[in-house]
Amino acid sequence: MAKLLVKERQVVVPGEELAEGMEYLPGFGAYRMDDHVRAKRLGIVNISGRAIKIIPLSGRYNPKTDDAIIGKVIDITLNGWRIDTNSAYTSLLSLKDGTTEYVQKGADLTRYYKIGDYVAVTIVNVTSQKLIDVSAKGPGLGKLSEGRIVRVNASKVPRIIGKGGSMISLIKEATNCRIMVGQNGIIWISGEPKKESIAAQAIGLIEEKAHLSGLTDEISRFLKEKVK
Amino acid sequence: MVYEKRLDGRKFDELRPIEARAGIIKRADGSGYFRIGKSSAYAAVYGPRELYPRFLQNPTKGVLRCHYNMMPFSSVGGRVRPGGSRRSKEISMVTNKALLSVMELDDFTNAVIDVFIELDQTDAGTRCAGISAASIALADAGIVMKDLVSAVAIGVVDNSVVADLNYDEEAYDKGDVADIPFAVIPSTGKISLLQMDGIITKEQLNEAMELAQKKCGEINRIQRAALKDKFKAGENHAE
Repeated sequence: MAKLLVKERQVVVPGEELAEGMEYLPGFGAYRMDDHVRAKRLGIVNISGRAIKIIPLSGRYNPKTDDAIIGKVIDITLNGWRIDTNSAYTSLLSLKDGTTEYVQKGADLTRYYKIGDYVAVTIVNVTSQKLIDVSAKGPGLGKLSEGRIVRVNASKVPRIIGKGGSMISLIKEATNCRIMVGQNGIIWISGEPKKESIAAQAIGLIEEKAHLSGLTDEISRFLKEKVK
Repeated sequence: MVYEKRLDGRKFDELRPIEARAGIIKRADGSGYFRIGKSSAYAAVYGPRELYPRFLQNPTKGVLRCHYNMMPFSSVGGRVRPGGSRRSKEISMVTNKALLSVMELDDFTNAVIDVFIELDQTDAGTRCAGISAASIALADAGIVMKDLVSAVAIGVVDNSVVADLNYDEEAYDKGDVADIPFAVIPSTGKISLLQMDGIITKEQLNEAMELAQKKCGEINRIQRAALKDKFKAGENHAE
């Protein structure tokens, strides 16, 4: 009686029937209405056992605790910096989380981060009202000087990183660049200018073809051709 | 006089030719295009993003803001005055309500989702084209929604129930005309927009509602196909 109406990796749209009967359970991006499990966002079907979930193909970044993101300093307040997260909400980087140094009372905070600087941070806390605290303490975090910033859609980030970081290390090795991918879709690349550009192109290619399979091979071919 | 043959030769329950596409505006978070006959609508979605002025923010859920606009050169008749009007404000409001019933905005506290609907060419049925385009755009923007809203106008021209009136039919002067724009949520069959203009009998209204359900089903299939088409390109390269 229970019937699956879609195939694994199929593109589905909101309202589309995914399965019939009570056998299947709605996972992320799906909901049950009466007899049917339906999709509630645009994405790719992923079936694991009885649960059907949707991997989104689009959408802006939604801040989550523990995500490593790259943000831009947009304002300086009395006790820290306001960081744009590339989502609907801005975050606060407080003085004690911003730097390990001792900051004297009334010190000029632009010594650490200026307006317009890009900072790698992790999200410490997100409240129900979406007030976000971030921290720049940790390995690899802090101010990003030199290099360039590339922006992609946040839903494509898992594909850019690849399984266990396979895709991004492929690009890193081929171009010899330092790359940091923020979960919010902002990517920092630093290396030799020409190779930076190749890395950016490769990332663009992944973003464009994120919904297709066999991408790793295509990217490795692309990189081999470009980097001689 | 009875309206036996439609002015443009269509069958009574036949829609005008439809074209729908998704993802046509690059810098928007999501976009859609919906053309039905000579009425064509572009919809662009931005957000969820910060909502200002701040007093418009809702701390318990997100806000949906729709903006309907006919471009100055779009009308079949005279020139449309640029900018908002009493009419465009009303249509923006009903569009908002038609779409709101499928959306889940609980996760976007204090934020806004902006929908801009622009009509570059109009020949009646524009609010319906706008709603259909906006649904595509919202789905393309990755926003959580239970279903795509489909909309069509059903009317009565001189005692015959007809689907998708064009402007000539709306302005038919040899008999009574009624024009009812419908927006339907296909998965439940619920109606999220119903406005009415003109004179109609109870029987005809029931007939019109039934026809609206059927026709919105057709439009829904076209909307779904439009969204899926966006991801068709390059699929041949897949292994």
